[in-house]
Amino acid sequence: MRIRRTSYATVRAVAAACALALVATAAAEDIGQVKVARGTVTIERAGTQLPGNAGMRLKRADVVTTGVDGSVGITMSDNSLVSAGPNSTIALDRYEFDPTTHQGRFDATLRKGSLAVVSGRIAKQSPDAMTVRTPAAVLGVRGTEFVVHVDGP
Amino acid sequence: MARSARRAARWWTARAVAAVAAIALTACATRQETVVLLPEKDGHDAAVVVRQGDTQSVLDKPYAAAQVDRAGTRTYVASPAEVDRLFGPALAAQPARPARFTLYFVEGTDRLTEESARMFDSVLAEIARNAVPDIVVVGHTDRVGSDAANDVLARQRAEAVRAALLQRGIAADSVAAEGRGEREPLVPTADGVAEPRNRRVEIVVR
Repeated sequence: MRIRRTSYATVRAVAAACALALVATAAAEDIGQVKVARGTVTIERAGTQLPGNAGMRLKRADVVTTGVDGSVGITMSDNSLVSAGPNSTIALDRYEFDPTTHQGRFDATLRKGSLAVVSGRIAKQSPDAMTVRTPAAVLGVRGTEFVVHVDGP
Repeated sequence: MARSARRAARWWTARAVAAVAAIALTACATRQETVVLLPEKDGHDAAVVVRQGDTQSVLDKPYAAAQVDRAGTRTYVASPAEVDRLFGPALAAQPARPARFTLYFVEGTDRLTEESARMFDSVLAEIARNAVPDIVVVGHTDRVGSDAANDVLARQRAEAVRAALLQRGIAADSVAAEGRGEREPLVPTADGVAEPRNRRVEIVVR
């Protein structure tokens, strides 16, 4: 009886560890890549500021900021194209994409500046699966190409 | 003395808070947002739904636009000149659209057909145009043979094309290869049917 209880606890501990490992893997996954970076481009990741260069891989929850002279172009793993002009801040709040089923979820926030989007497979597969938030509104993306501007303070 | 200094400090803090609040309110009051749906290149049903609180506006025509501020949402038709003025740099930074290629194989092998082997150079040319290419090669088979054997063959086809790309100088960490077996035929067939169009790799360069 005691042996069985111990092994049960072990199984649960192992299961918990596996679940954690899975979560960790998912969090570290590349969700997109910077393709174009002009002027000042900064990526804020887990409290650190990184210079945004062409070729850089992006992670979930990255916040992309451009300076007065900056612009940036990003290709996401679902083939969405996200680009921003000067003085812009975009947060990649939530991103999940299954490359086999094309199911997923993409939520970004434009805090200020200008954003151009060509939506990809996530929005094509399920029309409510992509949103862009601004300080005053929420945009539901059914497709495909649009632009958003938020006057910065 | 200490007490009056503290009082002065409190007074200045209150003034500073009031000033920041006034600036923040002004910024909110004047802040305006603009959303414009752009014309579609491949003519799909495009739309963006703009939700502000309980109100919802649907933009579903080329250049249909919405202006959102604290007073509410106003829809109108934007001009290409306005789009260019507000979004010129953002649109200029847009990455190239992903390019797709399909290459075909000799039955039961990971050897390209002669015609597809000739197309290989156009894949390389597309990769060369991209400053930071990210390439995905997905292998497929027709429905001759077992599922398990086709999983192996599909993977081999993708790996063979990946190896050929690396041999031509493409960086290893920019090419991913995966196999889908017979699960995603280009042309649906019954099991066991030989179909040349399903013996393929699909390459995306983005």
